[in-house]
Amino acid sequence: MSDWLVVAAIGVGTYITRLSFVALFGRSGVPGWLAAPIRYIAPAVLAALVAPEVIAPEGALDVTSANPRFFAGAVAALVAVRTKSVAWTFVAGMGALWLLQAAL
Amino acid sequence: MRAIAPLLVGVAPFGLILGVAAAASRIGAGLGWATSPIIFGGSAQLVTIELSDAGAAAAVVVATALVVNARHLMYSAALADDFRDFSPVWRYTLPYLMTDQAFAVSITRYADVDDAGYKRWFFLGAGLALWLPWQVTTAIGAVLGAQIPTSWSLDFTIPLVFLVLMILAIRDRPGVIAAVVGGVAAVAGRTIPYKLGLMIATALGVAAGVIAEKTRR
Repeated sequence: MSDWLVVAAIGVGTYITRLSFVALFGRSGVPGWLAAPIRYIAPAVLAALVAPEVIAPEGALDVTSANPRFFAGAVAALVAVRTKSVAWTFVAGMGALWLLQAAL
Repeated sequence: MRAIAPLLVGVAPFGLILGVAAAASRIGAGLGWATSPIIFGGSAQLVTIELSDAGAAAAVVVATALVVNARHLMYSAALADDFRDFSPVWRYTLPYLMTDQAFAVSITRYADVDDAGYKRWFFLGAGLALWLPWQVTTAIGAVLGAQIPTSWSLDFTIPLVFLVLMILAIRDRPGVIAAVVGGVAAVAGRTIPYKLGLMIATALGVAAGVIAEKTRR
């Protein structure tokens, strides 16, 4: 139940951000002090979501060969930079992870 | 349709992966898929699935997802002038379809035309061209994902998608700095309860990006 409430709250909140200047706040535009922070939210929050999953998947810092997700993540990062493609990054990252898990 | 077609290429794999990830997570295929019509924003949906799975506090899940979607404020502000000419029905329904892609193609097209009727139909078309395939591909992913055993480590697809989105979101040096600071801080603060470390890391990353941008000028 509480999961549904969380999803509903995010749905409503997202709709409000989309509606914000189009229908709610008039035409004042985004205030200047807010424009710069909004630009850097995506890189900051996405990096914060990725880094612990790759560097410390079991909770403890692990960049040794015992942690295949670190190496698979590094391969995926290279492919992501080169191709900027969800599909290719997925193939490279999962492929590397499966190979390493099979090898260990 | 022709304007948005190139942007649809990335949608199908992302939708499939999100559906599969939802099925592999604690909230499951049903609610995981329901985020598609309710939230309709890939990154925020993935955040919801991932953080709920990781045992984050409900408030942290909601706050993080909304922070991820804060970019819609920019789109909304940029489109406000054009949407002002639409009737209230259009003005309150079209924003539901607002996405990175629909915004990008519409704002470009709006610069060339001055016909409110054309503008609203164009946005509706661009929005639905993304909405429909998104609902379908996430549903297919959710159904497929439920059949796949956990030994396939499909939970790893979530950080992989975040990784690509991060690369796409980095446009300049301050962006790189925001990502590095956010990532390092998140690793350092990973044991803070309820995933609050994520919010702190994001705030530090954003601050670093803003400072980097200011000092560059």
